Amino acid sequence: MVLKQITHLTSIDNLTKEQINFILDKSKQMLNILNSKKTLNICKGKILACLFFEASTRTRLSFEAAMHRLGGNVIGFADASTSSAKKGESLTDTIKTVQNYADIICIRHPLEGSSKLAAKYCKIPIINAGDGGHEHPTQTLMDLFTIMIKKNTISNLKIGLCGDLKFGRTTHSLLQALALFGNEIICISPEELRMPNEIKDKIQNYGGKIFQTENLNEVINKLDILYITRIQKERFISEKEYLRLKGRYILDKKIMSIAPKNLFIMHPLPRVDEINPEIDNDKRCIYFQQAFFGVPVRMAILEIMLKI
Amino acid sequence: MKKEQKIRKIINGTVIDHIKPDCAIKVLSILGNIKDECVIICINAKSKKYKKKDIIKIENKFLKEKEYNELALISPNATISIIKNSKIIQKNNAKIPDFIKGIGKCRNPRCITNYEQIDPEFMVVCKKPIILKCIYCECNTKYIADKEEKIL
Ligand SMILES: [Zn+2]
Repeated sequence: MVLKQITHLTSIDNLTKEQINFILDKSKQMLNILNSKKTLNICKGKILACLFFEASTRTRLSFEAAMHRLGGNVIGFADASTSSAKKGESLTDTIKTVQNYADIICIRHPLEGSSKLAAKYCKIPIINAGDGGHEHPTQTLMDLFTIMIKKNTISNLKIGLCGDLKFGRTTHSLLQALALFGNEIICISPEELRMPNEIKDKIQNYGGKIFQTENLNEVINKLDILYITRIQKERFISEKEYLRLKGRYILDKKIMSIAPKNLFIMHPLPRVDEINPEIDNDKRCIYFQQAFFGVPVRMAILEIMLKI
Repeated sequence: MKKEQKIRKIINGTVIDHIKPDCAIKVLSILGNIKDECVIICINAKSKKYKKKDIIKIENKFLKEKEYNELALISPNATISIIKNSKIIQKNNAKIPDFIKGIGKCRNPRCITNYEQIDPEFMVVCKKPIILKCIYCECNTKYIADKEEKIL
């Protein structure tokens, strides 16, 4: 079995193409179960520990919902102020303790590389739910799943990644995965927020194509998917620089009127002002659905990693 | 050859030759267990190949793997001779390893290794200049030998 080998999920690189396909197939089954309102008991008696050293409502709730939907239980904390980390406990000590309380851990931490470190000291599976600006593999899997559901394939598509491509970790992981499946990727960003070379170098051997532009209007007609991200205020040192760049790409009724009919708009949420709520009811805007898909995808990951 | 002879020979121990000029002190700082041993240091010795070089001779000292690795990072052209009974029994060129542990510091201020009590670990992704990739946060750090600080 290909998937016996997923012990920890700290980076999207941990997964082969077959493993990603397997997770997406399993997610589809989970989605069907959710839609049919059937209840599951396959994780009965199992405990998920959600260690959120940094608050993230959406990710945490979707992990918790996924475990509850599988009939399992959840323990954990929602931000570092209610954990022993506040008293100065090291991450490795927290992990060595919690691994005796639970069957699987999902961890969100503001420092980069933290989930890989946790995995090194942990005898139960670790899922990275975001480590600083570094990786967020389950987000990538739900992004791929959304594309799969909407386009029936995750290969040979033209996909635009737009906004802050320098600091936005979701686009870094997604770019790698999209390249692995042989898509054409158009990076749309101001010069200051371009995709880092480190990430582009990484995918050189994957076979996907990358283009770079600053002009969204110029390329929107060619796209199958437009994935837009927020300009992250917390990554800027100067407020002025942030304000200058933040309004650069805004999706509204006007731009949607020139966009192709079969284009889908995705966003990892939360948004600031890059998507005007006036287009939320446009059938091409699928970001809320994308957020919902976090549940079936995480159900699939939990089931697979718990080896049930 | 005459210049070489100015420096006393050792009977048992290690000679590190062709150290990048001005790096002898730095090399010494990474060598453990030399408190009680006789150490001979020569700074700015004449070198045919590099004009100037540093040399270190240490009685009763044989380098450990970690010391070999760090020496290679500081001075990639160094040579290491093992002396027993006043004879060179082995001579090696320094070799930059592909992977290092417990040496250097990740330059990413948001990296977990800068907050937890653990040994940093790096893949050596480029040997000239030496660029280290942190295995935790995957950031690249340029290793600069004669400065304690590692920068991008
Ligand atoms: Zn690091």
